[in-house]
Amino acid sequence: MKPTSAPQNPADPRSVQLTEDGKLRHFLTLGGLNKEILEEILDTADSFVNMGEQSVKKVPLLRGKTVVNLFFENSTRTRSTFELAAKRLSADVLNLDISTSATSKGETLMDTLQNLEAMGSDMFVIRHADSGAQHFIASQISPNVAIINAGDGRHAHPTQAMLDMYTIRKHKGDFSKLKVAIVGDILHSRVARSQIQALNILGAEEVRLIGPKTLLPQSLAEMGATLYTRMEDGLKDVDVVIMLRLQKERMAGALLPSESEFYRLYGLTTEKLSYAKPDAVVMHPGPINRGVEIESAVADGPQSLILNQVSYGIPIRMAVMSMAISGQTQQKAKAAESNSDQSNAATGEASA
Amino acid sequence: MKLTIRGGRLIDPSQQLDQVTDIHIDDGRILALGQAPAGFAPERTLHAEGQIVAPGFIDIGAHLREPGPSYKGNLRSETKAALAGGYTTICCRPDTSPCIDSSAVMQQLMDKVELLGQAKVRPIGAMTKDLEGTHLSNMAGLQHSGCVAVSNMRKPIDNTLILRRCFEYASTFDLRVVFYPEDSWLRADGVVHEGALASRLGLAGIPAAAEAIGLSRVLHLVEVTGVRVHFSALSTAQAVEMIAQAQAKGLPVTADVTMAHLTYTEAEIDGYNSQFFVQPPLRSVADRDALRQGVRDGVLSVISSAHLPHEEAAKMAPFAASEPGMATLETLLSQGLDLVADGVITLPQLIERLTTGPAQAMGIAAGQLAVGQPADLSIFDTESEWQVSDDNLFTAGENSPLMGATLKGQVKTTLVDGAVVFER
Repeated sequence: MKPTSAPQNPADPRSVQLTEDGKLRHFLTLGGLNKEILEEILDTADSFVNMGEQSVKKVPLLRGKTVVNLFFENSTRTRSTFELAAKRLSADVLNLDISTSATSKGETLMDTLQNLEAMGSDMFVIRHADSGAQHFIASQISPNVAIINAGDGRHAHPTQAMLDMYTIRKHKGDFSKLKVAIVGDILHSRVARSQIQALNILGAEEVRLIGPKTLLPQSLAEMGATLYTRMEDGLKDVDVVIMLRLQKERMAGALLPSESEFYRLYGLTTEKLSYAKPDAVVMHPGPINRGVEIESAVADGPQSLILNQVSYGIPIRMAVMSMAISGQTQQKAKAAESNSDQSNAATGEASA
Repeated sequence: MKLTIRGGRLIDPSQQLDQVTDIHIDDGRILALGQAPAGFAPERTLHAEGQIVAPGFIDIGAHLREPGPSYKGNLRSETKAALAGGYTTICCRPDTSPCIDSSAVMQQLMDKVELLGQAKVRPIGAMTKDLEGTHLSNMAGLQHSGCVAVSNMRKPIDNTLILRRCFEYASTFDLRVVFYPEDSWLRADGVVHEGALASRLGLAGIPAAAEAIGLSRVLHLVEVTGVRVHFSALSTAQAVEMIAQAQAKGLPVTADVTMAHLTYTEAEIDGYNSQFFVQPPLRSVADRDALRQGVRDGVLSVISSAHLPHEEAAKMAPFAASEPGMATLETLLSQGLDLVADGVITLPQLIERLTTGPAQAMGIAAGQLAVGQPADLSIFDTESEWQVSDDNLFTAGENSPLMGATLKGQVKTTLVDGAVVFER
């Protein structure tokens, strides 16, 4: 036997998140998921999308389940939409904001998680500053807790990408006819990485990344994208323009000389938007920096879907949470069945 | 004590020796190969039929965790691990706690080494005080108390003038420098090889150019100062090429590669496996292949362990938050034999890179099966299978990436100065 890969090697995050039958049990990354699962998420979200207008805004899919929002990085909006999504699914919700400093040591992180697990949690919704943290957690804790990634380092923000896909499908339809441009700080963006994966899985005609080379790692082309450094070239004939948020601390230094130069070159103005198709839509994961990456007239204009994105955040998160809980339940039933098969080979009852 | 090792296959590439014969030992030294001298009556005979008898292995850069926090290991556990891996001499690294930057710390360490009486320890001292890269350490004092070389490990010396002064001062005493080339500015907060995989995983990358720039800066200063430099843990194809050119020019430089970099590539980290978080990072297939070619050509004359034991918790964290390093001393031989089985290198090449290669690089008289030499020997077989587990490793480190794996080839007996110090 060749000892080139160790037996304790934690499985790839792309396979760890699926049950033996290929259903979601965690939601860590879009990498490795197929088109059917992504479409199932979008279709499931469709069934929840009008709930906000109903008088009773609840379904019992997560009744009796405990969802813990575990945010190692601050976030108000994402955490709120996860909280609302869980409550609309009738789950009990616990919100924990944990400062990263207190858990920078692995033991403490593990202790925290094991304590929460011991309290009978069914799902952790986690945001963490380290890429791969949710995968580490998923591979270390009890298999009975579903892990939902609410953003890890620069790696992935899969629910954000799925609500963006939902927005695109709702307003532009067939992905195979769409050219999509993602603009700005690609280097540090977990949203961009998840969007590139989602668009490729859903079969978008072309994914373009636009930015200065300091914010545009050339190797990202291998994820399935074409790289552009000029807005004029990159936005030409695109159907969807996704602007990324530029963190204030990155605006003056070695990555970018100044806010004004960035805006002049890459800020989405009415003029630059005119390079895209006339019916192109504009998106942004929020919160937006007006006058830094986007002009107010564009952000508030007729082509903008920025507020629609926000409203789709809840149904998408409801869809992902209900699918993961259902995958967990099936996996548990299967494990219980195979246990009873082993202990009592004579029984042959049907599975739940 | 008089001792005969019977029937083993003696391999010593430095003398083109590869022969099944006996070896006779008296008073800690090799007395004769083949026929026993007239009247020689061994008090003990070891049977090594079917096994390889090689010079004891020598490592450059293992961390023995002495002095330092004992939960990561200590001199006793790590020298025992060394013997179990076939090593008889360890040139251990200075970034201990406190670091080995003074004769006082050296004295304490060497007293402990003597008391234990296991593997030979020839420390590498700190090149600057506290490894901070600003003040020269007492290099002459360190050399006097037993250091074979000085190094600043992976702590950067960003000021090139200070680096030049370090080299000039070391070369005053013909003291060797062990150097880990890396441009610290380009490394920044990087943890993995810069490339497509790093981008996809969202982990900060270290470009191959960081190593080439670090190396180039030192090579120019070697020309200026004439200091002998051993470059440790090279990871890129460019570095191998640069070392080959420097050697062709006649510069006094040697270099090593770790067994991990000869065996693995960055692909191992897909899945965020922190057991494969090492410094420098595992790199591309092309880099690994160039490193293998470098070992075959002899440009890389040493295969090093980079043994760095950690407690289990050090790896129980998200990738970038975990501690880098692997515990390797006891599994390195098996991995080397794997490379031999795959035709990457020959068995004599493997042995040479573990014995005479490091001995020459560190300027120590060891690593040969020659009459009159200290009888430091490693006796191993190449076929027996064993499973890596916490129970059969002597290191305190719980961070072997091979935990649970079945390996081939194992050290059976280790002798230091003619005494059997390890047997299984």
